[in-house]
Amino acid sequence: MSQTPLLDLSGLRKAYPGVVANDDVTFAIQPGEVHALLGENGAGKSTLVKMIYGLVRPDAGTMMLNGTPFAPPEPRAARAAGVAMVFQHFSLFEALSVAENVALGMENPPKPSALAARITEVSNTYGLPLDPNRRVGDLSAGERQRVEIIRCLLQDPRLLIMDEPTSVLTPQEVDILFATLRKLRAEGTAILYISHKLEEIRSLCDAATILRLGKVVARCNPREKTASELAELMVGTSLKPPKSGGAAPGDIILKAQDLSMPSASAFGTPLRNISFELRRGEVLGIGGVAGNGQDELLMALSGERKLPQGSLYFEGEDIGTRPADMRRRIGVLSAPEERLGHAAAPNMSLTENAALTAARRQGMLSRGFVNWGAAKGFAEKVIGAFDVRTPGPGVAARALSGGNLQKFVIGREVMQAPEVLIVNQPTWGVDAAAAAFIRQSMLDLAAKGTGVVVISQDLDELMEISDRFAALNEGRLSAEVPTGDLTMEKIGLMLGGAQTTAMEQA
Amino acid sequence: MIWLEKRPAPSRTWSAASPIVAVFLTLIAGGIMFAILGKNPFEALRTIFWDPLFHEQFASFSRPQLLVKAGPLILIAIGLSFGFRAGIWNIGAEGQYIMGAIVGAAVGLALYPSESVLIFPLMVVAGALGGWAWAMIPGLLKVRFGTNEILVSLMLVYVAENILASAAVGWLKNPDGAGFPGSRNLSQWEASANPELIAGTGAHWGVMAAVIAVVFAYVVFTKHILGFHIRLSGEAPRAARFAGVNPNLLVLVCLGLSGALAGLAGLFEVTGPAGQIGIDFNVGYGFTAIIVAFLGRLHPIGILLAGLLMALTYIGGELASFMLSIPGAAIQAFQGMLLFFLLGVDVATHYRVRFGRKGVA
Repeated sequence: MSQTPLLDLSGLRKAYPGVVANDDVTFAIQPGEVHALLGENGAGKSTLVKMIYGLVRPDAGTMMLNGTPFAPPEPRAARAAGVAMVFQHFSLFEALSVAENVALGMENPPKPSALAARITEVSNTYGLPLDPNRRVGDLSAGERQRVEIIRCLLQDPRLLIMDEPTSVLTPQEVDILFATLRKLRAEGTAILYISHKLEEIRSLCDAATILRLGKVVARCNPREKTASELAELMVGTSLKPPKSGGAAPGDIILKAQDLSMPSASAFGTPLRNISFELRRGEVLGIGGVAGNGQDELLMALSGERKLPQGSLYFEGEDIGTRPADMRRRIGVLSAPEERLGHAAAPNMSLTENAALTAARRQGMLSRGFVNWGAAKGFAEKVIGAFDVRTPGPGVAARALSGGNLQKFVIGREVMQAPEVLIVNQPTWGVDAAAAAFIRQSMLDLAAKGTGVVVISQDLDELMEISDRFAALNEGRLSAEVPTGDLTMEKIGLMLGGAQTTAMEQA
Repeated sequence: MIWLEKRPAPSRTWSAASPIVAVFLTLIAGGIMFAILGKNPFEALRTIFWDPLFHEQFASFSRPQLLVKAGPLILIAIGLSFGFRAGIWNIGAEGQYIMGAIVGAAVGLALYPSESVLIFPLMVVAGALGGWAWAMIPGLLKVRFGTNEILVSLMLVYVAENILASAAVGWLKNPDGAGFPGSRNLSQWEASANPELIAGTGAHWGVMAAVIAVVFAYVVFTKHILGFHIRLSGEAPRAARFAGVNPNLLVLVCLGLSGALAGLAGLFEVTGPAGQIGIDFNVGYGFTAIIVAFLGRLHPIGILLAGLLMALTYIGGELASFMLSIPGAAIQAFQGMLLFFLLGVDVATHYRVRFGRKGVA
């Protein structure tokens, strides 16, 4: 290496009680380089970027920024040194405008009018269309991300850290983002890019550092590797793509007919006249950008929210007015997106969380009394069958990593032999190995005759496992199309086209 | 610099140890307070905690008082723990206690002077219903209109106190009482009396009911799906809805249960230790029970122990103000310290105390 690296990390170590998150992590980022940070969930990526951004202090090791020692005690210091970060979860106030949100993140915000002009200028320069006066609550996920990015760009960063930036974007929005990132690179800004999407990394990144269990296991040029080679480096073993059982779809098992549901909160999305048919043995994929009614659709189908009569049928029987536990009894099971707090109670043990949905269907109840021994047995069965890494069923749900808890949550429903399974974002924030496992388990269910509805923002995932595809937009569902007839571009148009119409109406 | 770091999982050790540590800290701080008041702290603490049980002269009188006072505290606190575990805050147990006593007494007095053995059981049912109905007011308002149950249940305490006053001087006044306020004496009318069941212990039917309630709550929380759903609702309301819990139904069940148990406590009090409906019938059991519920970690066994401890500080406090002329306010401050330290030490359950420079911004 002839030139001084922009950021040089050497021997970084950070241990938490019971786990070493980073151990002897050494790598360098050159100016004007898009550097990928790859690794499974729990590999230590988050801890590493938190150390660079001053959220966590390393136990050992040194960081050098432009050849001078760099040890930010807090994010403000990191920002002052030219390090900016776009988080996976946005920290924006929905009731405020774009400009107000940007101002809130600045140390010395300029006058509102000057700031608005700056935002417009930056957004034009980098091809990120954004109106500074719009209310954030009205923006799409992609537009919200632009707010975060522009907030960073206004600081003229030398290093921009992006954590899973494309997970909420349509293919078209991804293209816009990549154009912006390439432009930044051309100007000499380095980008540390965290993602699970290996194809994206291959097309965008100049270098990659791969972490496994807190340690650097490989450095490579991602363009010289195939996606499966990268995945193997990440996981440490080879991965098989999910295989469908190829069973022919059977009778209609779940049918939504003109299903409408008002939104529960001011920033929720009402469901509007949703109709679809699900057959035994098929996987129906429902795509869409975040915030277009995915949560609401899951709540409507799971029974968490009651529906008017005549809008949801299971094997020809109207089940719209039945509560969640009565739907479970007949085999309509579901797994919501949010693992902690919705699918599982954070402070409760896995045994208790197993009983959360399985108590009635798995015969753990007699006259209302819970057989905790049976619940523990069922939790152990799920842990074993789904390879959930945990000391045992007595552990609290929040002590599990995201991927492990997701395996538990999906496994809990799959192991109950559902007739219909509805899942929202089954592999969100889950590492490649666990994601492949979860997808395979849903295909296996379908092969046994279960009807599976997968709501997801990951279009690759939907293309891989679903037989038919429909797009959810502003609470409306498009007609279902066989996945075999679709290309990524066509799906993008389905989502994007629908979006344009919605924006014209607004 | 001292700062707090959130634990990855709540500490079981601290969760169990914090009441003990809190009691210990209360003894120290209380001792200092008594010393500042010019009393010998060791003597004061001995008078509060030791003499009520073992003093050769007073113990025979004060020992039975322990169960008399602990009974209603435990009964009410057990009821409250159902709601508190689910995040439903019934602060008006005092009002439900009053209404249970009034309704139960009124049903009994309507049948005066019958000697039927059914009168007392009938009054027990009426007392529970009275407390239940009073708790249903905040319950139904919350379910139907989304009102805050804390405010409504608390305000209804003052309504209940006024109903109590009107009953004592008006519609339940003893017709043979020479115009004095207060109802007939229920503890002296055999059909309605709630006597000491075992001589010298203070144990009356209310104490029995408290013990049964402890066992009932223990079984419900550890074995029954209702207890699981209550805990789930408190821990993660969205997960509870996902599991199929109807939040409105849970509000009514929890408020109803706590109201009914508070009503029972009132009924057993008015037929036993208090004896009659009087203007000053209620002495704050419904409010103290909130402290008891939290001191006992909302756990049935914990509440049993906390109820006994709290009763002891009451009796010991009276003894201390009588023997050492420690002001009543100091005794109340002493009881308040207990809750203060408990909540303070509780922080250690969820957080780790760290010294030195902060590593997290």
